[in-house]
Amino acid sequence: MSTATVEQEPASKVDLAESGEGAGAIQEFTITLKVRRYDPERAEDAWWDEWQLTMYGTDRVLDALHKVKWEIDGTLSFRRSCAHGICGSDAMRINGRNRLACKTLLKDLDTSKPIVVEAIKGLPVEKDLIVDMEPFFQSYREIMPFLINNSPAPSAERLQSPEDRARFDDTTKCILCAACTSSCPVFWTDGQYFGPAAIVNAHRFIFDSRDDAGDMRLEVLNDKEGVWRCRTTFNCSEACPRGIEVTKAIQEVKTAIIARSL
Amino acid sequence: MTATNSEATLPSQGTEAPRSGRVDPKYLRSNPSKGAFEMWAWLFMRVSGAALVILIFVHLWTNLMVGDGIYQIDFAFVAGKWANPVWQFWDLTMLWLAMLHGANGMRTIINDYAEKDSTRLALKSILYLASTVIIILGTLVIFTFEPCLVDEAGNLLEYAPSFCETAVN
Repeated sequence: MSTATVEQEPASKVDLAESGEGAGAIQEFTITLKVRRYDPERAEDAWWDEWQLTMYGTDRVLDALHKVKWEIDGTLSFRRSCAHGICGSDAMRINGRNRLACKTLLKDLDTSKPIVVEAIKGLPVEKDLIVDMEPFFQSYREIMPFLINNSPAPSAERLQSPEDRARFDDTTKCILCAACTSSCPVFWTDGQYFGPAAIVNAHRFIFDSRDDAGDMRLEVLNDKEGVWRCRTTFNCSEACPRGIEVTKAIQEVKTAIIARSL
Repeated sequence: MTATNSEATLPSQGTEAPRSGRVDPKYLRSNPSKGAFEMWAWLFMRVSGAALVILIFVHLWTNLMVGDGIYQIDFAFVAGKWANPVWQFWDLTMLWLAMLHGANGMRTIINDYAEKDSTRLALKSILYLASTVIIILGTLVIFTFEPCLVDEAGNLLEYAPSFCETAVN
């Protein structure tokens, strides 16, 4: 194809280098992936596996796990569904911090040391990185995470002012990945605490002007295992992959319970 | 284990949630707490904490900074302070708030760190016993304190505060 016949293309929004490899020059590096494995059918105790992998600057921890599972060891088990930070399936403990494997770029971690991946803490491990999420969802169910409105359903939407909507906007972002609850040292102790995620989702309805059951939810969270077990260590706020101000939401629920009682 | 689990029943509908029969019993909150003790305990910690900052710093200031400072503290100094109802009240408030604040803090730590119910019960028993003894003993001392101690012959001991001389004679 001669260049003379090519039409002038519109200016690209991406600047590609004139010389060199341009966009093709994706950083390439070798990482050590260290995963805490557990399989009650193979061994009673958990063990650590390490793999050397050649990965690229665009790869995430999830890509490294995929590479192991698809090319090296098919027995490695983990949850993932959408792989794009929305479904909340692949929360795990990466280098000691709870994050989503699909949102953590390898190049943002220290690749000179092994990248340590474990299951989230505080919930029973079923296999490798898969934990039993039932206790987590049990607490979620108990705060009644659905709209309760006693007035007859209107023929159209229930309207709400932008200010009323903004009141609980932050807590609508929760994807139920359990990164917050499983980063909470109080939850680690005995698993009795409702946990940040349940409180965040209660907050989403308590402060919704269209909902009538705020008092019922405040009563549920006024339990000895409810909001009062929060020690404001901010682990949850740091862990949240959606950037929800979790500790702030918990404090707002505490304030609401006190305001209602006084 | 497929036993039905009443804890996992949705309160509004009376129906069981899917797969809910298999929640590890360790996670089930068996007895919902009655009343709002934890709320009042939480509120008490905030209020008593703020009050203690004032109580303790005024206490330190009057004992260590005013007058001869640290060199004035002896039996007579304490006796003199407790002869004044204001300081009796001040020290009593400080004792009760500090003890309850501290005991509640320890209770919280035990709740957070003890994993077994039996450990929890044992540690809390020691805590409550120790706190009760100290509060009662401290309160008794403040109210029954005898500043003008005398020896067998009925003479004032040498470290008695100066106001005792007028009281005895």
